[in-house]
Amino acid sequence: MTSTPLDYLSAAGEQASVTQPLTWFMAIVSIIVCVATAIFIILAIRRNQATTGGAAETAATPVERGGNGIRWIGWAMVLSAIPILATLIWTVAALAHVGRLPRDEAFTIEVAPQQWWWKATYTGPDPSQNFVTANEIHIPVGVPVRLRLVGRDVIHSFWVPKLAGKTDAIPGQVNLTWLKAEIPGRYWGQCAEYCGDQHAHMAFEVVADTPSAFAQWRARQLQTAPPPVTPEQKHGLALVEYRCGLCHAVAGTNAQAVIAPDLTHLMSRRTIAAGMLQTDPAIIAGWVEDAPSLKPGTLMPAQHLSGDQLNDVLAYLETLK
Amino acid sequence: MSAIAPPMRTPEIGEPTSALQDKLQKIWETAPGIRGFFSTVDHKEIGLRYIYTAFLFLALGGIEALIIRLQLAGPNLTLLTPQQYDELFSTHGMTMIFLYASPILSGFSNYLWPLLFGSRDMAFPRLNALSYWVYLAAGLFLYAGFVTGNGPNDGWFNYPPYAERDYNPALNQDFYSLGMVLLGISTTVGAANFIVTAFKTRAPGMSINRMPILVWGTLTASIANLVVVPAVSLGFFMLWMDRQFGTDFFQPRGGGQPLLWQHLFWMFGHPWVYAIVLPSMGMVSDGLPVFCRRPLVGYSLVALGTVATMILGFGVWVHHMFATGLPGLSLAFFSGASFIITFPSMIAIASWIATIWLGRPVITTAFLFFASTILLFVIGGVTGVMTASVPADWQLTDTYFVVAHLHYTLIGINVFPVVGATYFWFPKMTGRLLDERLGRWNFWLMFWGFNIAFLPMHLTGLFGMPRRVYTYPDDFGFDTLNMITTVGSFILAVGVLLLLINMWKSRRSGAIAGNNPWGAPTLEWATTSPPPPYNFAVIPTVASRHPLWEDALDEEEARTTLDRGMTLDKGKEALETTLMDAEPERILRMPEDSYAPLLLAIALGVLFTGMLLQLWWLAGAGGLGCLLALIAWLWPRRDLLEREAAHG
Repeated sequence: MTSTPLDYLSAAGEQASVTQPLTWFMAIVSIIVCVATAIFIILAIRRNQATTGGAAETAATPVERGGNGIRWIGWAMVLSAIPILATLIWTVAALAHVGRLPRDEAFTIEVAPQQWWWKATYTGPDPSQNFVTANEIHIPVGVPVRLRLVGRDVIHSFWVPKLAGKTDAIPGQVNLTWLKAEIPGRYWGQCAEYCGDQHAHMAFEVVADTPSAFAQWRARQLQTAPPPVTPEQKHGLALVEYRCGLCHAVAGTNAQAVIAPDLTHLMSRRTIAAGMLQTDPAIIAGWVEDAPSLKPGTLMPAQHLSGDQLNDVLAYLETLK
Repeated sequence: MSAIAPPMRTPEIGEPTSALQDKLQKIWETAPGIRGFFSTVDHKEIGLRYIYTAFLFLALGGIEALIIRLQLAGPNLTLLTPQQYDELFSTHGMTMIFLYASPILSGFSNYLWPLLFGSRDMAFPRLNALSYWVYLAAGLFLYAGFVTGNGPNDGWFNYPPYAERDYNPALNQDFYSLGMVLLGISTTVGAANFIVTAFKTRAPGMSINRMPILVWGTLTASIANLVVVPAVSLGFFMLWMDRQFGTDFFQPRGGGQPLLWQHLFWMFGHPWVYAIVLPSMGMVSDGLPVFCRRPLVGYSLVALGTVATMILGFGVWVHHMFATGLPGLSLAFFSGASFIITFPSMIAIASWIATIWLGRPVITTAFLFFASTILLFVIGGVTGVMTASVPADWQLTDTYFVVAHLHYTLIGINVFPVVGATYFWFPKMTGRLLDERLGRWNFWLMFWGFNIAFLPMHLTGLFGMPRRVYTYPDDFGFDTLNMITTVGSFILAVGVLLLLINMWKSRRSGAIAGNNPWGAPTLEWATTSPPPPYNFAVIPTVASRHPLWEDALDEEEARTTLDRGMTLDKGKEALETTLMDAEPERILRMPEDSYAPLLLAIALGVLFTGMLLQLWWLAGAGGLGCLLALIAWLWPRRDLLEREAAHG
């Protein structure tokens, strides 16, 4: 069986690794119990040469008590107590491991899911080390990272099955959780609490980098956007500041709004629209022109730019690496 | 002590002569035509109405499910818009859980209880009628929202803040919240009626340890409903206040808490899921032994297990909220409670298997439905245990694994027993047997359709498909599994359709049943099929748990008396007995047919419509109507005074 992006039968993070054998154990015991029950029912029916029929056959079969059978119930209780007790103990042990926040975390990321995308704020030792990104969360492999889940609008749930189970982000409260990736790679995440029309398209990626790759990525995220060079790019920046800047930010420009994903390093991310579309100039063009036709209900309004305007905007956006 | 001693009367003892039957027929008969239709308080008529209405909602919810399954048959399909999908999955849940699963059980219990008890009606016949009319009004109210494009759109558990006006400005949530408050009235009065009926109207001698398990199930569920329905009604009312008056109970900006809703909802919601399976488990406990030709194994343990399930059921609601950031210690507590609730369920499973094992099973359609319930219950049960484990649940919750789990419990432990019960009791209700050959097709299509649809869905969940997504990408391993589920769901639907066809066909042309076609042990089979309006011409005196099997079992000397007993023919009368031992206490004067319940239900409908549309004059008129209907209903009448029954 090959691994698929959201399955949690194969694990790559500490919490998922702790939980996965417990899930397998329970699944196997469950299958055994179900098969045993089916066999018992079939044997019970076969045993007394059951007749087949309707009302006449039923009424014609004599009534007889034939043993009180109370032992069956006793045995069932005793036999089920063993796996239940084992599961309970394993559960509490796993919960103590998975549910406890690590004290040696590398840093904290504030994750604020909102309809329908993920905002991630990285905080460093001093404010100049802070930066914001969206829908793609990088972490260093091998060290725990703490997450502060902040509710913004409705309830969402943060879930990266290969790394860890779900934690809700609920308005009015902050939930803490943590991630620790054991293997470098890209891990798919998905909102797991129904949150409205585009709940289906509220995905993100957690990228577990080697420590050096992470340091590189982090350094680049701290850079502001490069100044535009060509006339198209310059005109594009003006449009971005004037139109996109109402909601989006591009560090180092006049676009400084924070209600939509930060675009400073747009092209460095693998997807746009919360995992729905590939980051590709042609797709971005379609998105800018008429996002709601691609993702009905999205809060990003259609821009309906002219061909030239769109080319200029794209020329500029493509520099945001 | 009241100043005036209650009037005394020694009840006459007699035999069910035809003169007595004619007299009782005149006393108890509902007026023919439209008058009787709107005023009847006969529990059998009300029970049948409940059953028909609930089956209609089952069909509607099923059609909604099929449309959902078409949308999910393949990746990236666009049969439905996201909004349409959201309303469909929410309405499907609302319909199946609130408008089918609970009312169908109320219907069977309404129809059967007085027959099982050897009595003449429910304790409060007019309340019974009110319960049905309000259920119908709430169903129409909720569906009025759906057909005008204002159906619920936040799932059946409806979490705010998404349900709040900021994110949900149309009338959808107003319809849903007010409709649920209205439905809560029906559930509450129905529950009160069941409790008093079970405690006070059993035939003499039917001590509490001789009640059928169905009674234990519905009684326990009713007590639970009285305890928990207020929580959800309050929740929905607060939500409506939030939306209309900005009270911000569930909005942090005004100091409210979204989590408050989840507690209020699941304090109700989890006991409720037991309330909609305990009575149907009772159907299996009472029906299966008939086809095994022996009494149920471990009656007392099963009865106690029913009660224990409910008591534990009050303490597990947080297992729906494991991912909400509650402290680890409370998670561990609720996880443990959720494991322990397995044990009382195990009692029923073991008892049923032992009953087959030690009996002489006759494989009828009803038997197949009851016996398959055991397996489906176990599948739904073990997956329940898996989700009770907090760390595993953090992966499993809100995926299709939970969707598979809940359908195994609700279809497995509600729909399958109910269909079995339909095959079993249809002859009593109509006088005709359902067709067994069509029944086999009905069963096998439902059984395989259901398992094809929902067994692979566990895997869909383990592959990580989230719940409540209107579509999914094509490279996540969901495609084939979803296609299989869609195919299975259509097979299941054909099976259900065959049930409806069988009912339609057999009502006219089925084989004549006679009083006791299955050779069953309980009192409902002692009267004619269908029973006369007064149920029993003379009140039976019960000597054992299996009144009609006493000769066959021959375990005690005492015999139940069916052909000689109190005649209670001085007007519309029934017998009140003591709670534990069912000794005669009073003669109850039962109310005549009445329009008051219907008028009260209509007035409530007007009141809620006024609140919905913010037409306060209409709401005022509805409120006034309620008051007038209640005054008419409760106007003191001398002829309804109870009579103390003189002993001896």
